[in-house]
Amino acid sequence: MSRTLHTFKGGVHPPGHKTESNSRPVHAALLPNKLVIPMRQHMGNPAKPTVKVGDRVLKGQLIGEADGYISAAVHASSSGIVTAIDLQQVPHVSGLPDLCITIETDGRDEWIDHGALDYQAMALSDLRMKLRDMGIAGLGGAVFPSAVKLDPGAHAIPTLIINGGECEPWITCDDVLMRTHAEEIMQGVAVMRHLLGSTEIIVGIEENKPEAIAAMKTAATRLDFTVEVVAVPAIYPGGGAKQMIETLTGKQVPSGKLSTDIGIQVFNVGTAHALARAVHHGEPLISRLVTVTGHVLRPQNIVALIGTPIHALIEIAGDRDGATGVLMGGPMMGVPMPGQDVPVIKATNCLLVKSKDLFPPLPRALPCIRCTRCADACPAELQPQELFRFAKANEFGRAQEYHLFDCIECGCCSYVCPSHIPLVDFYRYAKSEIWAREKDKRASDLARERHEFRQFRLEREKKEKAEKLAAKAQAKRAEITADPTASGAPDADAKKALIAAALARAQAKKADIIPRNTDHLAPDTRHVIEEIEARRAKIRELAHQPLETDEKKP
Amino acid sequence: MPAPFILDRSSVTQVMAWVLMALLPGIWVYVWIFGPGILVTLSLATATALAAEAAMLKARGYPVKPFLTDLSAIVTAWLLALSLPSLAPWWLIVTGTLFAIVVAKHLYGGLGQNIFNPAMVGYAVLIVSFPVQMTQWAGPVALTETPLTLAQSASVIFGFDSTKATLDAVTMATPLDALRTGLLQQLTVDEIMTHSIFGHYGGLGFEWLAAAFLLGGLLLWALRIISWQVPLAFLAGIWLAAGFLHFFDAGRFGAPWFHLFAPSVMLGAFFIATDPVSGATTPRGKLIFGFGAGLLTIIIRTWGGYPDGVAFAILLMNLSVPLIDAWTQPRIYGEARKTREPPA
Repeated sequence: MSRTLHTFKGGVHPPGHKTESNSRPVHAALLPNKLVIPMRQHMGNPAKPTVKVGDRVLKGQLIGEADGYISAAVHASSSGIVTAIDLQQVPHVSGLPDLCITIETDGRDEWIDHGALDYQAMALSDLRMKLRDMGIAGLGGAVFPSAVKLDPGAHAIPTLIINGGECEPWITCDDVLMRTHAEEIMQGVAVMRHLLGSTEIIVGIEENKPEAIAAMKTAATRLDFTVEVVAVPAIYPGGGAKQMIETLTGKQVPSGKLSTDIGIQVFNVGTAHALARAVHHGEPLISRLVTVTGHVLRPQNIVALIGTPIHALIEIAGDRDGATGVLMGGPMMGVPMPGQDVPVIKATNCLLVKSKDLFPPLPRALPCIRCTRCADACPAELQPQELFRFAKANEFGRAQEYHLFDCIECGCCSYVCPSHIPLVDFYRYAKSEIWAREKDKRASDLARERHEFRQFRLEREKKEKAEKLAAKAQAKRAEITADPTASGAPDADAKKALIAAALARAQAKKADIIPRNTDHLAPDTRHVIEEIEARRAKIRELAHQPLETDEKKP
Repeated sequence: MPAPFILDRSSVTQVMAWVLMALLPGIWVYVWIFGPGILVTLSLATATALAAEAAMLKARGYPVKPFLTDLSAIVTAWLLALSLPSLAPWWLIVTGTLFAIVVAKHLYGGLGQNIFNPAMVGYAVLIVSFPVQMTQWAGPVALTETPLTLAQSASVIFGFDSTKATLDAVTMATPLDALRTGLLQQLTVDEIMTHSIFGHYGGLGFEWLAAAFLLGGLLLWALRIISWQVPLAFLAGIWLAAGFLHFFDAGRFGAPWFHLFAPSVMLGAFFIATDPVSGATTPRGKLIFGFGAGLLTIIIRTWGGYPDGVAFAILLMNLSVPLIDAWTQPRIYGEARKTREPPA
């Protein structure tokens, strides 16, 4: 089996640092006293809590249900009592708290009733909903709900790619998983194939993982369908989905589209493993393999229950003095953790403990000299030096014209920059500014519409009032001219007559008002009313648009 | 600090240091062929550049140390010094260097912001303002009866011994000057080339200097400090333009090899047109930039008012960079393969 490999443009070769953590055996899961399980662990809508404080929950029990199509459920990782449903610090760079369910574990680790699914007998849509309710989401980093990706919809997905690239330095959880659980990964692949109807299945693994490649090849031979296990060159970010697709097939995902538009779907090996556990054992996604490495005594891979505080894992790996922080993920795209109490989530592939020696502070940035090393390294084939210039000058429109949103934030440009400019930072800034401005613009458009409508309404009311008064005055004038005695000698008879007339008018008016003031009207008054009605209709029409937009706003 | 948390081992200082290293073969050949006077010029230009850089950094409120140690000022100084006549008076060297660093670099915003190559701005100012002094080239040692020692060169440069007689004894027209003067005297190229200043391809000795700059340039390319597009397109522009003219009238236009093996061309192609700050950035843009500079060099040499045109050619192309870059934006990953409107 030899496949013609293709090369994508750009990429870098940072030191791998894989052997530190991939040579020790996998450490079994530990059971912490307290699990903090965030409701937002995946892309899409966060899960909605389905338990109350004080409830006893079992291992694998649903505690947060999927909210909508693009969402995934969240489960208790062990048995115990729900002690809090509140905002807790989560592993996010912002350090902002998010909704979490806290479980005081009881040490019994008692499972719910669970067992294998007869997935081949299930309707595909039922199977997908089941997977969504078992919390399956992509474990490669983006944590996109897998049920959505396993729905081919209108597309045919002839090619299924299983990504074992793992190009980020230091991280070895996929490598170790492939070495130890190749068969389960293949079981998961079989389920994916069943759901997508793919005919060509390729596993791409970087060539710096020979043991994993061998294990996966062996597992592939035991299947009743063909799976091609391909060693791909080790280059960062070769494990990115778009880069893996290009390496294996020579195709590029069109800008602004999805790989399914060209008939390809990509899943991480960890996701395939989680899928196999769900389908063949009925286990929802409540644990994952986490690489704990960097400035620790025994870098290794640990099975971690979702919700385990990260310090518990770092203690197993042996914490050392002189740590300068923890990253979730690798050194190229990892996220600094706000503290060591944050929990392991579905996205936690690696905990990288930093030290001054391993990760010295970055040198002072100098001005850009336009050397275009960044452009040579950019796998999205952008012109990072131009994007930097525009981002720095707040020229966001130009940045978008130069395809800012095609940037995958892989960090290659910053890595090679001889001026040590934190380029990716500028792109993140520009992106968030553009998003914020779009949001502001929508909000201000809405406010402007409301304001304009209010002005319109006030004007209209003023005009109506004036017209009413004018009509009244006119009617009065007409009456006076029609009755010459009114302006003549003010004798008692005339006065009486005037009072009588006024009374009669008042009576007539009352009679008019009581039934409906639109009946028995003088033609000119009716005309005025019709005009008013027409304006009202117009206002309603005008008001319709902003009101609808208002409702659509989340 | 956000990701990435690691860096490749590269720096502006390292890039500039390699450029200086790559100039060393050229400097060595320069000394060998024209005598040690160039060392005086280089030192004076370097000292002036560093002083001007430090003063400007201070005046602009920038930290002096990180910017002074980026070595970019020394690169500018060396490139200007190597472009100047080898016996240029000291004040010419100082004026040119000051103009390059103060005006062309810092008044445009400092490192990374200058539109024009500072060394070429310095050179252009000098040749426009002091055309006579800009011809004080020492003849090749091989053609000089008593070549100047280091001390003698210094005394000429610093004006202690710059009488007309002394200068006349050691200076000589450069091959490009000789060609230009000869053509003005209605001589044919073949007749002019019989002059002793001419060697195999270019000027006697000058061709060796050109070869040394070529060697240094290839080193920069091998180290991926420069890309191949600009030098190749530049040389192609020279060769094609000169070849075209020579093909039609070999009597009135110099041979393409002669034009190619002028030291200014090799220095320009590999060290000056490749200046990233003032050059084009896209792959296609670099080709256009280099080719345009080569073409303009021959046009200026042939029909312009100066014997050499590399400096003006590069400055003119520097001007066109924003346009070239905007029109040659490459296709990005996943973008449909078709011609694209330039971003407005």
